[in-house]
Order: sequence, then structure tokens, then C-alpha cells
Amino acid sequence: MNNDIFKLGGLEFNSRLLTGTGKYADDSVIPDVCEASGSQIITVALRRVDLESDTGNVMDFIPKHMQLLPNTSGARTAEEAVRIARLAKAMGCGDWIKIEVISDNKYLLPDGYETAKATEILAKEGFVVLPYVNADLYIARSLVDAGAAAVMPLGAPIGTNRGLKTREMVRILIDEIDLPIIVDAGIGRPSEACEAMEMGADACLVNTAIATASNPKMMAKAFGRAVKAGREAYLSGPGAKHSHAKASSPLTGFLHEG
Amino acid sequence: MSFYPICAEYNDAPLAEQFGSVTEHDVRRALNKTTLSPEDFLALLSPAAIPFLEEMAAKASQLTLQHFGRTIQLFTPLYMANFCTNKCVYCGFNTKNNIPRSQLGPEELEKEAKAIAATGLKHLLILTGDARAKSSPEYIESAVEILRKHFPSVSIEIYAMTEEEYGRQVEAGVDGMTMFQETYNEELYPDLHPAGPKADYRFRLDAPERACQAGMRVVNIGALLGLDEWQHDALKTGIHAAYLQDKYPEVDIAVSLPRIRTHVGDAFTPKSLVSDTALVQNMLALRIFLPRCGITISTREAPDFRENILPLGVTRMSAGVSTEVGGHTGEDEDKVSQFDISDERSVDEMCEVLRKHGYQPVFKDWHPLQEAS
Ligand code: SF4
Repeated sequence: MNNDIFKLGGLEFNSRLLTGTGKYADDSVIPDVCEASGSQIITVALRRVDLESDTGNVMDFIPKHMQLLPNTSGARTAEEAVRIARLAKAMGCGDWIKIEVISDNKYLLPDGYETAKATEILAKEGFVVLPYVNADLYIARSLVDAGAAAVMPLGAPIGTNRGLKTREMVRILIDEIDLPIIVDAGIGRPSEACEAMEMGADACLVNTAIATASNPKMMAKAFGRAVKAGREAYLSGPGAKHSHAKASSPLTGFLHEG
Repeated sequence: MSFYPICAEYNDAPLAEQFGSVTEHDVRRALNKTTLSPEDFLALLSPAAIPFLEEMAAKASQLTLQHFGRTIQLFTPLYMANFCTNKCVYCGFNTKNNIPRSQLGPEELEKEAKAIAATGLKHLLILTGDARAKSSPEYIESAVEILRKHFPSVSIEIYAMTEEEYGRQVEAGVDGMTMFQETYNEELYPDLHPAGPKADYRFRLDAPERACQAGMRVVNIGALLGLDEWQHDALKTGIHAAYLQDKYPEVDIAVSLPRIRTHVGDAFTPKSLVSDTALVQNMLALRIFLPRCGITISTREAPDFRENILPLGVTRMSAGVSTEVGGHTGEDEDKVSQFDISDERSVDEMCEVLRKHGYQPVFKDWHPLQEAS
């Protein structure tokens, strides 16, 4: 288990839990959350980053060892997402980018078509592109063609904490798509993250559930463990489930006898 | 299409009767739903919902936490001018009121901007009185050019514009607009707005929609609670917000909940008294009806009250407020404010209070995209 390395964007990670920076009562809890969760990748909304401010800049709280994953939250079109990504790079946030293109503020569902367009442009420019999308096979395939570094399907709409509602679709992506599948959005409990990992997801991104917990640090720890447990279960190959009962002594076994 | 015919239906309907006929059962049903209809929203605003306030508060609080986390976005208004051609009977800037009038020139504006920026605030809301000849769209655009050097987000709360004019404001770097309908009651509206361009009820009513069409990113609407029966305006405001949210899903729709305050000039008696309980009921019903809608509470409200309602649905607050023209540099003794504020705490004090209550004050929540192109 110790050499179960998570490879993403040409780098290697020991943790398969990605965390976020939004919604905290106080950003100063972020280092504790990173430590407790074991997470090594953290997403930050560029629209919240304020490099001009001497104090209260979220970037000051992100531990140096973390891989920064700026996101394009606030983008409504591919063009806006591309501009945000370039801004993030120009501001020194590196060349990893999580594409979020949302033009529906009621449900906050990602726009797959615009996301694929932005992915294509940015991947060509050398970004490590992690697109957040619906759990949809066709979109996922177009993202593979567009040069994405991973596919990040939602488990349920952002911030709903409803869990892995897209279970069957995520399962298809895991089976069919030859890129890391990172379940993003909707995961509300460690058990749900565990389930996603057990199914074979490569990683989970959890923000709201940790940030809005009464004790974010403890919740972060719980998520870190759950993701690990799920991964171990997956690697250990759980007994396959079958819809029909299987007799332990086959009914036709006699045909091979004597 | 416009919100006008939808609103007109509510104007024609005997609303008092509808509010009166809501039963406990209707309230319960509304509370148990995940997607509420306008009828459910009405039920939550009705007197029958008062015994359920605690239950509503629990639900509203949970929805707010889930969608917005423990964060409150801070902004402050900047009054650029107080010339006004209107006679709104409830406002201190009313053209009939004999008050000193002024308008900030580029240098004063820059000074004012620097003073506000020094407090750390990044979201600015600019206001002018309603005097197109004085505060022309061009004047506002050139002001925005100056202000954008200091603030990543500049919103406008000015007279109603055409779609084309809103488009030009967006190009100039404005990302949000606020428009108070004051009252949605079309019959009452002319009494409160007897003269001036603002007397055109429909042009004002459709202004937020024109702003959406012009590509404004955040559109904030509201009624001045107390001008009409508060439930009636609260209902129509929520339905207006839902209409805009459905039709322009790419725009962030927000609602402000201002209660009428005292001001200089003629005494004005509000039609309906909006108690603290009423304002809370309004906020809870709105949050449950529109879980993702921004809710703004201004410094019209008293410090204690602002703190108590923090977990119930608020997402944006003004801080370090002056409602006088040039009030942030404060060199002129003669200044007149549009209305009296109740919460005079500085930005630093507000931040401390928010942190004490377990909230993160968010200064910057938008990054303008123009620079990169
Ligand atoms: S409310 Fe606005 S338009 Fe009416 S008098 Fe006051 S400043 Fe003028």
C-alpha cells in the first residue's frame, strides 16, 4: 500500500484526497485541514485570490508543499475560463487549472461543451487541465481528446452534500476512460468518499463537507482516512457482486464428474 | 417578455385575502418541500408562518451554510452625487428638499476611492441621485475608469437605464447593478413618486431585466420595506428574483432587504411597520424559496440585529458606510446623508465582529477579466 502512488499531471502524490479553500469561517484553519487530511492538492478560486492585500490573502494559508490547483469559478463561458487560467498563471499560481464553467447559477451545473472548448485551448498552451463536468461518457471522451489530465465528474450538484448520486455514471467513466477519475462536488460524508474510492475512482475532491463541518480539522482527518480505506478496499479486490444468487456448488458440476 | 404582466397579476389579486387564508398545513407543506412554488413562498410570508419561525430559521440557516459556507462578502457604497430630479416622498435627496447638492469631480473621486481602498474593501457600490443631466452615463463611465484602478468590483445603484446604456457600463468595467423597485404596488407607486423620470413604474420594473440582457454579472433587486404592506412587496420581490434567476441563469441574482429609515426633510409615515420579526420572516422565507440567492443587509440595521441574523441567510453586508457625497474623506461640514444609518462601525470593527461570530469577511469575490485580453 505504501507505494500506491497517485500520478497526476506528471507528478506523484501519496494522498488521493483533494481539498478546497472556500467557505471556511477562517482561512487560518487551512493548514490544519491540509495536515489532518493528508491532502497534497488544494483548489483555490482565483476570484478570491487577492495578492495586493497585505493581510487575509488566502494564499498565505496554503502550506508550501501543497500542489496549487487554481479554479475558474465565476467563468460562464470557455473564453472566460481561458482568461482566468492565463491570469492565474500570470499571477504565479502555476500551470495547473481546474476548469469550472457554470452559466446556471440556480443549480451550478457545469457546462460540458464550454468546458471541453476551454480544456482544448489550455491543454495546447501547456496547462495541466482538470475539468469539472457532469458524469457523462461523451463529455469525458471529448475531454480525453481535448488533452485533459483527468476528468472530474460531480457526485451531486456543488455544495449539496447529497453524496454519490451519479454512482452508475461514475462507474461507467471509471471503466471506460483512460484518465484519472476524480469525483468532485456533492460528497457530504466520509462514507461517500470511501464508496467512490471503493468503486475505483482515482481520487476525491471535498470542500463544502469539510469547510462547513463544526470541526473542520476532525472532518478533514475523517475524509483522509475514508479515502484511504476506500482505495485499499478497491486494491484488495472486493468480491464481485452478482444480481443472481450463485450456488456454492454449481448445479451443473455433476457433468464434469467421473 | 417582461416581469410586468406577472407582477400585474399579483397587483390585481386580492393579496391580503390570500395571505389571510394560508393555513398551518400550507406552511408545513412548504417547509417540507425542496423546490418551492410561489404559493409556498406566500405561505412562508403569511401570518400563519409566524409560529414556525424557529423551524424556518433552522432550514434557512442550513441552506445558507451549505451554499455559501461561513463567509460574508463586504462592500461599501460611495455616493458620487446627490443631485436629483425626483420627488420620492420618502427620500432626503428629494428635489424639493433644500439641501446642499454636490457631485464629485475626478480628483475628489480618486481621493474618496483611496480612502475606501485603504480600509481593505474591494467591492464598491456607486450611487448618484437620479439626475441624468448631471450624472450622465458618460460621467459614470469615466468615474468607473478611475474606481476600477482601486477596486476589482464596481457596481452601480443609479437611475434606470436602457439595455444599450447598461451594455456600455458593463464594457466600462461595471459588474453589478442594484435597482430598488421601492414598491411593486403599481397603484401606490405614483403617490410615492409624484414627479421625475422615476415616476415611470414600468421602465424601472424592467430595468433589472435589461441589465441581465446587457451582460451584467450580478443583479440585485429589492423593495423599500414599509412603503406598502411588507408581505406584499416581499412576495413580489421574491417572485421577481425567481423570474430573473430562471430566465437569466448566468446572472447572480441577489435581493436586498432594506427597511425604511428616517431622513432629512418632510416627515413620511410608512404604510406598514416592519418589525424585526417581520424582517427575519422575510429573510427566512426568501432563503428557503431561493436557496442560492444572495441576500444583502445594509447598515440601516442596528449592530445587534445585524449580528443576530448572520446565520439566517445573509451573504453580503455593507460596512464602513457613509451615505453622504464625499463622506469618506469627510472634509465638508455641510454634508447631508440620504438616510440615517444605524451601524456606524468601521470595516475593521465589522471584520472583528464577523470573526467573533465564526464568519470570514470576504473582501474580494470577483476578479475582472478585462486585463488579460
Ligand atoms: S430615492 Fe433616489 S430618485 Fe428618489 S429622491 Fe431619493 S435619490 Fe432621488
